Amino acid sequence: MEDILLLETIERYLNGSMLPEEKTYFEQLRKNTPEIDQMVVEHKLFLMQIEHFSEHKNLRNTLHSVHNNLVEKGNVYEGGEISTKGRVVQLWNKYRRVTGIAASIAGITALIISGLVVYFTPANNSQQIQQLNRVVNQVIKNQQAQGAKLKEVDSKIPKDVELTTSGSAFLIDGKGYLVTNAHVLRGSGAVVVNSKGEEFNAKIININLEKDLAILKIQDNEYKPVSSLPYSIRKTSIDLGEELFTLGYPREQIVYNMGYLSAATGFDGDTSSCQISLSANPGNSGGPVFNKSGEIIGILSTRQTSAEGVVFAIKARNIYDLVNELKESDTSVQKIKMPSSSSIKNKTRVEQIKEVADCVFLVKAYTEKEN
Amino acid sequence: MKAEINEQILLRGLVDNDSKAIETIYKENYNMVQAFILNNNGTYDDARDVFQEAMITLYEKAKSESFVLTCQIKTYVYSVCRRLWLKRLQQLGRYITADENLEETVQVEDDLEIHEKRNAEFAIMERALGSLGEPCKSLLEAYYIQKKGMTEIAGEFGYTNADNAKNQKYKCLMRLKKLFFAQYNIGE
Repeated sequence: MEDILLLETIERYLNGSMLPEEKTYFEQLRKNTPEIDQMVVEHKLFLMQIEHFSEHKNLRNTLHSVHNNLVEKGNVYEGGEISTKGRVVQLWNKYRRVTGIAASIAGITALIISGLVVYFTPANNSQQIQQLNRVVNQVIKNQQAQGAKLKEVDSKIPKDVELTTSGSAFLIDGKGYLVTNAHVLRGSGAVVVNSKGEEFNAKIININLEKDLAILKIQDNEYKPVSSLPYSIRKTSIDLGEELFTLGYPREQIVYNMGYLSAATGFDGDTSSCQISLSANPGNSGGPVFNKSGEIIGILSTRQTSAEGVVFAIKARNIYDLVNELKESDTSVQKIKMPSSSSIKNKTRVEQIKEVADCVFLVKAYTEKEN
Repeated sequence: MKAEINEQILLRGLVDNDSKAIETIYKENYNMVQAFILNNNGTYDDARDVFQEAMITLYEKAKSESFVLTCQIKTYVYSVCRRLWLKRLQQLGRYITADENLEETVQVEDDLEIHEKRNAEFAIMERALGSLGEPCKSLLEAYYIQKKGMTEIAGEFGYTNADNAKNQKYKCLMRLKKLFFAQYNIGE
């Protein structure tokens, strides 16, 4: 109780709310009693501290309310509603250094790798590329009719003959009847090779230079007739833009390509053929052109040398004409039976190719050497 | 000259805890500080904290008797914020690229030292008040911080008269002083 009284007195003294008489008395008391003086000093300090505390606290409160006020008014932007650009800039600023380091590492790595590639690449590479160019150039000269000259001599080809051209052909009857281009068969005989690399001797049984079509018959004991062909041959014409694909032998391996019908007529308005857009090369001649239901719509025959991707195919109905013509002139071929329905209509392209590939052949034509 | 007088008025407003003056200073300086903090790996909350610390530093400086305004408020606030933020980044172990844009800054080291001491004292007082418990805490806050009269407090806290409230207040005050000085003297 005494302490409280003393504390109150000291506070009144420090507040300056003492009466003059009392104040003189208290100052006297303070001078004579060191303990009281000590208490006064201490309390003065404490009051100052609590005053500071109160000022700070009030200031902080004001600052908070001003801040929130300004955020509400929109004078201060805080997160959330800031524009994306701002955030991007912020992210950029944040990760500027990291990005820089990453970029320089990537740059240095790229330089080192390209240096190594240049260093280790065999020097003759460029020569090969050039040779290839030359071959292609030569081929392009003979391009109007797409036959590719062969350099190799194969086992079933008679020893004393010279290979003239090669191309593609496809079965129209499982017994071994093939259709190809007439220009592929510039020679006296031919062998055909299937996609597995097996060779068979073939005989040219009909050739129509005007239509540029020819029929071959495999005459080889090793040949096993196919009971039914997976594709059919379409008599009617198709629509522009229809998706098409082809298989052929521009090289020793079977090669797939796809494109679309780009014009209903062929070169110079030729109505017996049509124009398709896909990439074809010498050796594709005589190859079948399929639509996506697996019907043969044409025989790939020529391409325009002056333009890229312009390829002409002979319409498939010409095959029927050719076969009928043959039947009239030669009764021994009455038995050619053309496939009427496609069994690969709703299959995926990969499955279609698998089934069709066995029926597409590489044709190698030869002539007897002149002695 | 006119601008200088305006700044003097603003500072007086700040000392008097006048929210209009504070709002003016806030408006004129906050976005600059925020941009600085955000550009230097800080968040919106960091910007807010640092700016408010700077305002308190400015307040203390303006309140001291020896106060002379040697530069614009903008320069001072920016210098303090910059200093505070760089210090915090250093504590976090982050480094900052030496600023290429040499903005005008002033020496604020001494002011910040005083400010830090004040902050420490503030924390001690806050802790002491916190461990005091109710109703002492509210009672003392009502008297010393909200500056309410004894009669008003007596009504609010349910004491029969002002004298009773006063007695209770002194009892609480003695406990607070004990708690405060226990910490404060260690700090000295």
